[in-house]
Amino acid sequence: MTWEPIEDIAAKVNKGELNAVDLVDTSLNAIRQKEEFKAIIAIIPERARERARHIDEKVASGERAGRLAGVPFIAKDNFLVFGAETTAASNMLKGFNAPYQATVIERLEAEGAICVAKANLDAYAHGGSTENSDFFTTRNPHDKTRVPGGSSGGSAASVALGLTPFALGTDTGGSTRQPAGFVGCVGYKPTYGLMSRSGIVAMASSTDTVGVLASTVQDTALVVDVIAGKDDLDSTTIARQQEGYLPGAASVAGKKIGVIKEYMGEGVSDGVRKQIEASIERLQKAGAIITEVSLPSLSLALAVYYILCPAEISSNLSRYDGQRYGYSYEDAKDLSESYTKSRAIGFGNEAKRRIMIGTYVLSSGYYDAYYKRAQIVRTKLIQEAVSAFEAVDFLVGPVAPTTAFKIGERADDPLAMYLADTMTVAANLIGIPSVSIPCGMSNGLPVGMQIMAPQRADRELLTVAAAVEEAVQ
Amino acid sequence: MANSETRDNYRATIGIECHVQLKTKTKLFSGADNDAREAAPNTLVNHIDFGLPGALPVLNEEAVRLACRAAFALGSEPQKFSKFDRKHYFYPDLPMGYQITQFDEPIILGGKVDIIVGGQTRTIGITRAHIEADAGKSTHPAGKDYSLVDLNRAGTPLLEIVSEPDMHTAEEAKLYARELWLRMKYAGVSYANLYYGNMRFDVNVSVSKTDQLGTRTETKNLNSFRSVEKSVEYEIGRQIDVLESGELITQETRGWDDASQKTFSQRTKEEAHDYRYMPDPDVPPVVLSQAYIDEIKATMPAQLDEYRHVMEQIGIDAKTAGDIIAVPDTAMTVKRIYEAAGAAHAKRVAFWLLQPQTSDGDEEQAAKEAESVQEDNLDNQLIKLSQMVQTNKLSSTAAKEVLVDVQKTGDDPEKVAQQKNLLQVSDAGAITKIVTQVLAENEKAASDVRNGEMKAIGFLVGQVMKASKGAANPALATELIKKELGI
Repeated sequence: MTWEPIEDIAAKVNKGELNAVDLVDTSLNAIRQKEEFKAIIAIIPERARERARHIDEKVASGERAGRLAGVPFIAKDNFLVFGAETTAASNMLKGFNAPYQATVIERLEAEGAICVAKANLDAYAHGGSTENSDFFTTRNPHDKTRVPGGSSGGSAASVALGLTPFALGTDTGGSTRQPAGFVGCVGYKPTYGLMSRSGIVAMASSTDTVGVLASTVQDTALVVDVIAGKDDLDSTTIARQQEGYLPGAASVAGKKIGVIKEYMGEGVSDGVRKQIEASIERLQKAGAIITEVSLPSLSLALAVYYILCPAEISSNLSRYDGQRYGYSYEDAKDLSESYTKSRAIGFGNEAKRRIMIGTYVLSSGYYDAYYKRAQIVRTKLIQEAVSAFEAVDFLVGPVAPTTAFKIGERADDPLAMYLADTMTVAANLIGIPSVSIPCGMSNGLPVGMQIMAPQRADRELLTVAAAVEEAVQ
Repeated sequence: MANSETRDNYRATIGIECHVQLKTKTKLFSGADNDAREAAPNTLVNHIDFGLPGALPVLNEEAVRLACRAAFALGSEPQKFSKFDRKHYFYPDLPMGYQITQFDEPIILGGKVDIIVGGQTRTIGITRAHIEADAGKSTHPAGKDYSLVDLNRAGTPLLEIVSEPDMHTAEEAKLYARELWLRMKYAGVSYANLYYGNMRFDVNVSVSKTDQLGTRTETKNLNSFRSVEKSVEYEIGRQIDVLESGELITQETRGWDDASQKTFSQRTKEEAHDYRYMPDPDVPPVVLSQAYIDEIKATMPAQLDEYRHVMEQIGIDAKTAGDIIAVPDTAMTVKRIYEAAGAAHAKRVAFWLLQPQTSDGDEEQAAKEAESVQEDNLDNQLIKLSQMVQTNKLSSTAAKEVLVDVQKTGDDPEKVAQQKNLLQVSDAGAITKIVTQVLAENEKAASDVRNGEMKAIGFLVGQVMKASKGAANPALATELIKKELGI
């Protein structure tokens, strides 16, 4: 199933040429037909149809129904959304119905978009394959024996399968870009703070961002334009760029593009390297000025990330204690047992692993050696990025060292699993925008190219991404 | 118990941590109402206070502003850079599993307050003060197998003021606590109502025979000046007894049992938490400009010295002024009335409001100060009441009776006086009738007056007042008696 450009769908709905109700049904049918890929945790048929009817009535009465009128979408199940449970794919939150909605969901709804389903993920967004989902593993649309990447694997697969024109993910260390690369769609991670985190189950607050997944940069940019900007409910949000986020006149000619040396060396599979090099060649032909750029601290980024991120996770997961909502161990003898059993049973292995690492690195006596040092290296990394961007406009490289791996291949080796994030975590630690766009196939599997821009240059990044998209395809 | 000679060999060292509830409209990190005084449990709770998934704290700027005022009130200045940290521990009244507080970069660093001990000024240093969110309230009903949690208080903004260990006696501890209370109240930082727990004190006490400090204990959650004084006194005695019996002091947290007037062990150091502090990534650091700080300094509410000056202007003697200032709400009312209606009314109201038992500014008074009546409304009623006395509509005695009702209900004093039948009768006809009757019944006194014994006129006026149940205007009554007697 392929969808028209989002702008066209909304235009037709606003003109009455397309019914929102039909679009919702089309989407729900597609979800049913593609059930075998296990991208979806729950569908939201009643509320989606009701909203669709409302939009159709609005149009019938001569009103405009918004820039995303009638456009169905799927949200990763760590977004709080009305009409279905919000589980974050965890047993802990099974049965949790959100009493409020995420700000970005509100903004999408205000422009007429309709959430039709909640997508699978690694529980609490901890992982790079959806294998850490407490419920089931999502299949890669290109090869059912392979993972779709993660943690937004369900959202990425949804877009690749054409279930909806776009989907929301989150990106804390690559969780939107890496699965986009694995399934062959566009995956966008904005500048930290450009999109509100309010109403999204927190993973690591200092690197969490919303992610947008769609088939094209144009569709991605439209969604970014609708949801970006300051939110009173999230003090870390930043103001929109004045011109908005719809790409300007797209061309790579004259753009200074730095190829990240550290991302093209050892550990990158031949198939991935070949596609990236070919794409860079095409960019050069299209007039881009290509140089090689080195950020020496990048080699430490993954280590830094897996200290800071678990530290914040251990803190953010404290609220899941079985006392107010979510899973609670019924037969506890006392308070202490209620806490320990609720958390021991409610959390899966990966959440527990990260809670333990995080608790350790924040403990007195270890804080300075781990957490504080990691913050120092993070600052150094930010400085290196700032100076790199003095020489070039954009940085490029692969989004992951390999294409989608086999289900089960890394499941028992957390370290190997963490390596899937090796090329994406830096953008989160630095806080810069980064996008993954499809750049060909290797052995029948998509390869993603990652482009990064300076902080708050989201509009510039989306503009160049549109040009790159055109140049590499 | 060690005798006083033994006790004199020891020197106690005391430091106090004081939690002040900031008087913001909403909570520190959420838009929920901050006034939990009369609210039903768990009704002032939103998604942030409840710790729902995805809920993010948003710093209340008013809390920062009040903390800045507190800085000036503590002889300090707000820090231009401060930040918030998470302090982790599990408890059902802590919904997020961490408290948001300021760990190593608080909003106030350094400061001092003076107290007067036995006529001598002593300076107590302020180490630091930081903003933090309060936890909820847990209750453990006796004999029940459950506990109850009320999250109304969860997220209430507190300023924790940490003193230097500069105090050495229970009296100093009490005076310091009271001085903080006065300063927070006058700076408009807190309602500082002790009855509602707006200020709570933790006292750290150690004793030693040498210059080296002894092992300290911390007695937590004291909510009156008296319990600060008594617990310090008790703890000094207890520690000396322990040391004299050859044992060691255990570093521990203790509680105060008001009924037995004793401290008791709650938690030893071994059971202390590792709070795993980390900067809160959801709350950006607080960065204050010099202009912002200057503006707060310029708009600080009147401080103690200014009140002393106002009392002087009104013509109140220094001793009485001191008594009034010790009850901030009274002093503030008097000052407002002075500004609105002048010295005469302010002075009259001051003496009305000044009740002898309030002069030591004790906590019972604070309890009574539950602001049940709107401030400015009450001001207007007090002025009106004073005017009634000035214009002879009401006697001073009757005014005091009316005052009690007005304070309670905020009702119009004229209406109250009418209902209570206290309005002075200045109607000559009505009073003449009473005068005639009194003269008829007291012929002896009447003839004494006629014969020039003017002392007897006082007796006759008294009789008129009695017959009119205190309502007659005494000046008018005197005049009419003279007229009737033809003198």
